[in-house]
Amino acid sequence: MATIKVHGNAISTAAQRVMACLHEKGLPFELVLVDMRAGEHKREPYLSLNPFGQVPAFEDGDLKLFESRAVTQYIAHAYADKGNQLICLDPKKMATVSVWMEVEAHQFDSAAAKLTWELAIKPMFGMATEATVVEENKVKLAKVLDVYEARLAQSKYIGGDSFTLADLHHLPCVQYLMTTQVKELFDSRPRVSAWCREILARPAWLKVSAQRGSQ
Amino acid sequence: MVEIRGELREKGKSKLQTSLMAATGVKVYGPPLSTAVSRVLGCLLEKDVQFQLIPINLAKGEHKKPDFLKLQPFGQVPAFEDEGLSLFESRAICRYICEKYANGGNKGLYGTDFLSKASIEQWLEAEGQNFNPPSSALVFQLAFAPRMKLKQDEGVIKQNEEKLAKVLDVYEKRLGESRYLAGDEFSLVDLSHLPNAHYLVSATNRGEMFTARTNVGRWWGEISSRDSWKKVVEMQKSPPGA
Repeated sequence: MATIKVHGNAISTAAQRVMACLHEKGLPFELVLVDMRAGEHKREPYLSLNPFGQVPAFEDGDLKLFESRAVTQYIAHAYADKGNQLICLDPKKMATVSVWMEVEAHQFDSAAAKLTWELAIKPMFGMATEATVVEENKVKLAKVLDVYEARLAQSKYIGGDSFTLADLHHLPCVQYLMTTQVKELFDSRPRVSAWCREILARPAWLKVSAQRGSQ
Repeated sequence: MVEIRGELREKGKSKLQTSLMAATGVKVYGPPLSTAVSRVLGCLLEKDVQFQLIPINLAKGEHKKPDFLKLQPFGQVPAFEDEGLSLFESRAICRYICEKYANGGNKGLYGTDFLSKASIEQWLEAEGQNFNPPSSALVFQLAFAPRMKLKQDEGVIKQNEEKLAKVLDVYEKRLGESRYLAGDEFSLVDLSHLPNAHYLVSATNRGEMFTARTNVGRWWGEISSRDSWKKVVEMQKSPPGA
């Protein structure tokens, strides 16, 4: 019986973010399915795990957490000595990683999550894509990726010279967007493109995308 | 707290260029009126960290000039430097300040142990992902757009009011169980809310969203009367340095 539980599903980008982190650290866990179509996430008992009614929620023994990026930080610190290192122990390097984690959370995600929803998730459920939202967010994402292209000339990974949470947090949306018209925004920027190829090929991420395929 | 207001400026050099050449020490670049800048200022003051505030004139587009873009590639404020380390994104800067100056000022600002830190990270993400987007949109539409003589978008206002109301309902329940958002001590989480909430309460007619909710109102009253925040508000009222 795993002490670590992720409440969510294999389609949710935020749940995938947490699962990718658990796989990187080689930690066993149970995925407890939340029936979002039935609105399970908007009612008790789920709300006592995540009061915002969002997926995922996380448990490690008695500890309960929500917000995927807080969960990954908890995992990376609590299990720093297990599996792959996802943080930097040097405080100055970690401060830089933290900068690019915030960039992903605010600059990248605000456009990428909307595009993922419109172009990848909505079609799965037969919902109509809103063209104006797509156009607006493609423009925003392009500007962010221009900054990434320049950043990756100075730094092997987005947060520094090693793979960290800053890279990992991008994986769910990048994977989805590569299956849509937005792929071109990544492919047309050589360093961004190479970085995406590399991080998408990580064994831990392949486990997450395999799970999505089988659900 | 030391401010550079142009006295050290060399002929032909901008304030920004001069400060880049100046001695090390904590530097914050940006106007105190910016919500993100004020988040960093609040943190520095809570931690009793000395700093220099270098004004950046947004109206003149200083934040889009090459010298500034080297510090902040998205052309936004704040930018931050300390001992040769250059950072941006206000919440990353705040985390750095709390780690580096752990023993200064409010020692518990970023948690005293592993569990309190995990709770702080959780609610800090909730602030950034759930509270910040709708509250920022409302601050822009209701407090800044009129001052900048820009047209307000009623649809955007309505949509974001509804989103913010749902978030504040969650906060209302939480603050009935806990004195502050992450736990029973004031933390970086509460501080992170001050910039946007301050504008909504003091510069718009939507302050009721906070004050009419019993627990949120109680919480707002406590966090906004902290000395460190009052100092930030004073800095926001000072005439621009540029």
